[in-house]
Amino acid sequence: MENILSVRDLTVDIPLAAGTLHAVRGLDFDVKRGETLCVVGESGSGKSLTSLAIMGLLPKQAQRSAQVLDFEGIDLQKASNRDMRKLRGNRISMIFQEPMTSLNPAYTIGDQLIEALLLHRKVSKSVARNRAIELLEKVGITAAANRIKQYPHQLSGGLRQRVMIAMALMGEPDLIIADEPTTALDVTIQAQILRLLKDLQRELNMAMILITHDLGVVARVADKVAIMYAGEMVESGSAAEVFTAPKHPYTRGLLNCIPVPGKTAVGEPLGSIPGIVPSLIGDVTGCAFRTRCSEATPQCSADIPARVPSEGHFYRCVHDYDGPASPSMNLPKSEEA
Amino acid sequence: MLVYTLKRLGLALLVTLAVSILSFALLYLSGDPAAAIAGETANADDIEAVRIYYGLNRPLVVQYGEWMFNAIRGDFGESYYFKLPVSQLVAERLSVTMLLGLCGISFALLTAVPLGVAAAVRPNSIIDRVALFLSVTGQAIPSFWFGLILIVLFSIKLRILPPSGSDSWQNFVMPTIVLGYYAMPAIMRLTRAGMLDVLGADYVRTARAKGAGEFRVMFKHALRNAIIPVVSVAAVQMGFMLGGSIVVESIFALHGAGYLAWESIGRNDLPTVQALILVFSMFYVVFTFLSDLLNAWLDPRMRVG
Amino acid sequence: MTNTTETINAVAPKVEPEVLSGPTPRQVLLAKVLGHKGLMFGAIALLIIFLMALFAPILAPYDPYHQNLMHRMVPPVWDAKGSWDNILGTDHLGRDYLSRLLYGARISLAIGAVAALISGIIGTTMGVAAGYFGGRVDSCVTFLINVRLAMPVVLVALAVVALFGGSLEVVITVLGLLLWDRFAVVMRSATLQLRSMEYVTAAKAIGCSTKRILLSEIMPNITNSLIVIITLEMAHAILLEAALSFLGLGVQPPTPSWGLMVSEGKQMLLFQPWMIAIPGVALFILVLAINLLGDGLRDVSAPENRS
Repeated sequence: MENILSVRDLTVDIPLAAGTLHAVRGLDFDVKRGETLCVVGESGSGKSLTSLAIMGLLPKQAQRSAQVLDFEGIDLQKASNRDMRKLRGNRISMIFQEPMTSLNPAYTIGDQLIEALLLHRKVSKSVARNRAIELLEKVGITAAANRIKQYPHQLSGGLRQRVMIAMALMGEPDLIIADEPTTALDVTIQAQILRLLKDLQRELNMAMILITHDLGVVARVADKVAIMYAGEMVESGSAAEVFTAPKHPYTRGLLNCIPVPGKTAVGEPLGSIPGIVPSLIGDVTGCAFRTRCSEATPQCSADIPARVPSEGHFYRCVHDYDGPASPSMNLPKSEEA
Repeated sequence: MLVYTLKRLGLALLVTLAVSILSFALLYLSGDPAAAIAGETANADDIEAVRIYYGLNRPLVVQYGEWMFNAIRGDFGESYYFKLPVSQLVAERLSVTMLLGLCGISFALLTAVPLGVAAAVRPNSIIDRVALFLSVTGQAIPSFWFGLILIVLFSIKLRILPPSGSDSWQNFVMPTIVLGYYAMPAIMRLTRAGMLDVLGADYVRTARAKGAGEFRVMFKHALRNAIIPVVSVAAVQMGFMLGGSIVVESIFALHGAGYLAWESIGRNDLPTVQALILVFSMFYVVFTFLSDLLNAWLDPRMRVG
Repeated sequence: MTNTTETINAVAPKVEPEVLSGPTPRQVLLAKVLGHKGLMFGAIALLIIFLMALFAPILAPYDPYHQNLMHRMVPPVWDAKGSWDNILGTDHLGRDYLSRLLYGARISLAIGAVAALISGIIGTTMGVAAGYFGGRVDSCVTFLINVRLAMPVVLVALAVVALFGGSLEVVITVLGLLLWDRFAVVMRSATLQLRSMEYVTAAKAIGCSTKRILLSEIMPNITNSLIVIITLEMAHAILLEAALSFLGLGVQPPTPSWGLMVSEGKQMLLFQPWMIAIPGVALFILVLAINLLGDGLRDVSAPENRS
């Protein structure tokens, strides 16, 4: 199956007073129809900027460049504002993190849903209205015909996020980008929303990029995983592969942080990765993770080679890792460092 | 919603009542109205005669009661000067003032809102600095002086506008500008700040992600929310403008209610002054009430019971 | 393990805790103040006008009340018919305009300051009481504020001055008794905000009396807003007095109020525009300076309050 979205060497730079912030540095990834790619990273890793870069919604000062930024044959870099507008909400839709503030408080959800369709299709308002009701029901909102007249402030966070999803689907997109769609929601609602997204994706055969910092989410929905650290992709591959055979020290560190009932010994301190993300302002060389890596060597400050240990599995590291991936990995405890 | 409206209405009435009591007390207690009416050359007997004639020797509460009782039925007494019913006088002149006020606020809105939007869309640009400059200087110019300068410029030097009178629409151009410019800085700043706030809001980002064009984003989504506080301020300013009309109308000799107020004060025509204070405060109260309603209509979140 | 530690240290050396050097908070504030153009312009201009007013008896070349009917309506020195005897010309009664301008500064500043002070005391007391005690006190004060806002200020001021007779004292008193509304509103909301803040609750928890809480916890934090409002209301009072005097119901002639000077010059609008231009410009600069100062103080003390 062909790739819907292909990205090679995506870079986002933001000029600041203190220097240029290299927020996203040379990302490569592809997404196919029906496939879910999870982009994982902590705050500041550049994952949200990546999604905005694809949509063309970066802030004015930001500079985007890429070798390939292709959506279904359309070169997104060359696309004018007008062309991008035709794609947004139509063939590529986006769902954001904050359902509480992502809907316009002055208009009914019906108005906003209808607008999402009418921007791209010449249909009558009643047709759009019916489709809105249909989609609201599909995302699990009961009494949709009444809800349509309600204002955002009359709905709970979970409901608003469902509305956002419905709105993203109005244009029947080929690709959905969901930026931490469940982070701001209660844990119980999270599971529902994720299941909903997955079902919809399957039904409508869409490609989905889901951005998150929560490995639990990844485990639930991902087909492919891309681990981002400090603006770079440090490991990527199928979800099964990355979870069972993680190669990059960061990935292994992340997985080690998750306590596994039955495997993690009682009384043992939970794993953590000491240190903080380094500054990306000004020139950045070598591996950005080396300041926190227990396996760092002096070579880590030079260029880092890409490694492909198996088909579709990629990571960047100076070292070739062959060790175990279980949670009881031998990472140094904080007192010993 | 209905209960809320009624409550607000009741409060508004109370405020108007309080204003009328206060002003009545102020007028009839500051100095001796009878002496003021009788004039400087009157002697004690004349003053006493005046006092009895106008019923000013009765207790204040009684005087107020009688006035209020009549006022409710629309009878504001008779003007000491014109010997005409005050209600008639005021009604005649009020239309001019209302027209002037409407023009003034329209002028202020039509200049300040676009300027504020433009300044917010391009912060720190030339237009932003111009807007800021205009707002800072606008607040510092005395209105009466501004009026005179405009007269010098447009009536004397350029001769394109008449300096006084109220016959044609040209008479209203300069008074509108003078009345409106004072409200401009506040409205412009509020629009600018509101837009800056709103343009960074998440729902604006959502609108863009839906594929909406810049104009739609700016007006349908952003301004629609940013304008809400401006509406309140504009309504309040409208109320103030009625008071400000005194200066403007006297400079340009427009025979409106403000001018009448000034004349009546000069002539110690207390019933007219009292009636005008009541009318002006009622208008203010009505405008703030309307702005509350408008607010609720514009911002669905305010429509709590 | 040691190997790892050495490796880490080689690649990422230990971070020493930094001894923070650099400017103190006070120095930072001073730098902000000095760098704020509006604030500096306003402060300096206001200072100049204040000094002019203070030293008016020394600076004024003539007595502002002295009439010289032989030299009426002399234009300022930059006009062809002007002379250095009267740098800013003379008015319709032959009084030197520069002298009247300097003494007029006294009137404007005095009115601005005293009226703002009176209304400030009234408004702050009401506002803080409303914000702190809440409940019925708050409802009462809010109602009074609404009543005051509903009153047409100019109209009422005119009427009262007309009935009490125009003079400096009457004007100051009337303005002081009318301009307290913004003080009350702002002080009330500032106090409300503070009341819910935790250090007030903490103070209460250790048994501080109401008065002590008000004075030592709340007041220092609302002085910022207070100073800004004082400047704004000063400007407001100055403009109002000028308008009242212009309409003939403020300060009475022959006192050199700038508003009165504009009114007197109004008769000669056609031929001697300088007579209204000069006092008008003076008013403009004074009010502008005060406004810039107030805005600047607001910016510097809390940039997020910038409107």
